[in-house]
Amino acid sequence: MANTVTSSPTKTGTAPPHLNYLTENNTLKAWLTTVDHKRLGLMYLGAVMSFFFIAGALALLLRLELLTPKQDFMDSATYNKVFTLHGAIMVFLFIIPSVPAALGNFVLPLMLGAKDVAFPRLNLASFYVYCTGAVMALVAIIGGGVDTGWTFYTPYSTTTEGPVGLMAMAVFVLGFSSIFTGINFVATVHKLRAPGMGWFQLPLFVWGIYATALIQVLATPVLGITAVLMVMERAFHIGIFDARLGGDPVLFQHFFWFYSHPAVYIMILPGMAIISDIIPVFSKKTMFGYRAIGFSSVSIAFIGFLVWGHHMFTSGQSDLASAIFAFLTYLVAIPSGIKIWNWLATMYQGSIDLRTPMLYAMSFLLLFAIGGLTGLYLGAISVDIHLHDTYFVVAHFHYVMMGGTVIAFIGGIHYWWPKMFGKMYNEKLAAIACWLVFIGFNVTFLNQFMMGSQGMPRRYWTYLPEFQRYHVGSTIGSWILGFGLVMAAGVLLASLRKKEYDAGDNPWGARTMEWETVSPPITHNFEGQPVLRHGPYDFRVEPTPATVAGGRH
Amino acid sequence: MSSHAVTADHDSHAHHDPNLQHHFAEMEQQFECSKIGMWLFLATEVLLFGGLFVGYGLMQGQHPEAFKSAHHHLDWRMGALNTIVLLVSSFTMVMAVWSAQTNNQKALIRNLILTIGCACTFMVVKYFEYSHKYHEGLLPGAFYSYTGPHQNAEFVFFSFYFMMTGLHGIHVTAGIVVLCYLLVQARKGAYNASYYTPIDLTGLYWHLVDLIWIYLFPLFYLIS
Repeated sequence: MANTVTSSPTKTGTAPPHLNYLTENNTLKAWLTTVDHKRLGLMYLGAVMSFFFIAGALALLLRLELLTPKQDFMDSATYNKVFTLHGAIMVFLFIIPSVPAALGNFVLPLMLGAKDVAFPRLNLASFYVYCTGAVMALVAIIGGGVDTGWTFYTPYSTTTEGPVGLMAMAVFVLGFSSIFTGINFVATVHKLRAPGMGWFQLPLFVWGIYATALIQVLATPVLGITAVLMVMERAFHIGIFDARLGGDPVLFQHFFWFYSHPAVYIMILPGMAIISDIIPVFSKKTMFGYRAIGFSSVSIAFIGFLVWGHHMFTSGQSDLASAIFAFLTYLVAIPSGIKIWNWLATMYQGSIDLRTPMLYAMSFLLLFAIGGLTGLYLGAISVDIHLHDTYFVVAHFHYVMMGGTVIAFIGGIHYWWPKMFGKMYNEKLAAIACWLVFIGFNVTFLNQFMMGSQGMPRRYWTYLPEFQRYHVGSTIGSWILGFGLVMAAGVLLASLRKKEYDAGDNPWGARTMEWETVSPPITHNFEGQPVLRHGPYDFRVEPTPATVAGGRH
Repeated sequence: MSSHAVTADHDSHAHHDPNLQHHFAEMEQQFECSKIGMWLFLATEVLLFGGLFVGYGLMQGQHPEAFKSAHHHLDWRMGALNTIVLLVSSFTMVMAVWSAQTNNQKALIRNLILTIGCACTFMVVKYFEYSHKYHEGLLPGAFYSYTGPHQNAEFVFFSFYFMMTGLHGIHVTAGIVVLCYLLVQARKGAYNASYYTPIDLTGLYWHLVDLIWIYLFPLFYLIS
């Protein structure tokens, strides 16, 4: 019987090639019209990584320009456009869709034991909406570029030259892609769980993605209407954000951050979700405080809606509002802290296996702790007045977004790669790449904390000579970081040249359901409907292939 | 490894309802799933309009006199007529869902036609209102050319008026398109008591469009 079959968790024997979602009906047309969540996940992965590469290259250019205090090879207008593009591409085209749309699409239905997401055609539509938004953004870039920063603050954004309107509409369209994904995931988690899988048997990745999807659904429409109003202001001067005509430019900031602060949690919650799945698997220990981590995701999502004003301490909003927003901002630290301590408690006395995904998870713990704690500095009004618009802010959100989300994302790719392609990468080289990323990242951004606290403003293309030593350090760090990332990508891609599926179905000895099917999975994910028999982190039982409920169809 | 052998063949749909998609186990699950999706979509709609409502509220608070004097350019009778038209259409929509649930094909088609008729009436009334504003020069933003007696910032009122009723009008038009599609499908006999999900979901959407107008009407037409 299937129930009694056990397999060694570290089995890496070569399996004969089987017909799977990659090889079955493998034509270009079939890929472009697919409604299979796994193929869509891979297509998203390819798309977001391309934009990560472009925006990363722009970042290296910016760092190169900042190597010396004077102008090197960019003028100020070019510099403004390049940092705007770096930010806008990273946020809207890479980080926001990265974990949910790429990894979430691939992993979520597998984890739930489902055949697909709730609305497969909506999923395909969401990919093409994303592509449309991406093309609009690229046209805006080619058509002269945008110099407003990714935040599009009025009145500058409504008066400056260039295709700002097109870029804003691109953001609007990309928002719809994000909404579609969110709707899909919420409905999937509610209705497509395997028999026996209650809310508290869900893998924590699912909890995190679920909380993220709720924010995507509830925050993104406000960004959409804000973008529309801004475009209307540019095109027809409707006056809503124009003080001369009776409007209010600060209203734009409120609208923008009402979305964009929750968007910060759209970015970080999926990162935390990945970490919550990697840590127990590589500690071989049941998750400590499972419910605490699950509920903390949802409470971060909730509190995230109430703190947008902390981006506006210097905008002239009332002192009372600032004080309330500062207080609410501190509240976010509680669920974040709950997560950190529970992850550490999970690792405590576990059988820790320092393989590549775990190295990324531990990098995440350290980097996110720094990023999160410096957020408290910025949430304190008096300190924020000093640090506002300095490199301290730049370093803070890079520690959270890059050191948090992106590191977790890359860790997640390393973790699920053998499931996606059935092939294992060279672990030694992957681990070296991880170390390079970790070191390069810290060299780049620790320097920025120091110069920011001494008053180096952000978004400046030239600077005073006393900041040069930090800038030189930061630029050298960016080279190490860039090299590490390229190396990680190379190691992963090199594994695809293998002829055989050598990874095994469950190379890490995990207990969640996606590891119970073959690697790479078949088109319908499982042979029949799998049934849940043990918790997601129940390492007392041996991992087994999926058991199937007979006659459910 | 023989453990993957299973008794259930997941591709045999012979005994299934033809409307059941392959990744659902039963019709009820599919129906509930679609409903969740629709409610979430409606939540996004509420937030989309919510931004505009908040903006309107703030601007009204800053320029109460200008808003009051600007609203006299609107004809509350037209607004009231449209409110009634939409309320009736919501009722016929409910009847359409009920007709589908009770397998009453004729009533389903009749109620869909009535709903579409009401929606079109709404748009015609709106057209007359808009063309009246056009002749007075009370258009939004750069096209505002009204020269009669008015207060500062009155035109912000019209910016909001056209943004909000315009966005609502787009939603009504989208509703008409969807309802026409349902009508064509209903004539082919696509809906019955065991499968009426599209009718039900469109009904939910239509009630929301109606509800938004119920808030727009007093905000613009009845603020004195």
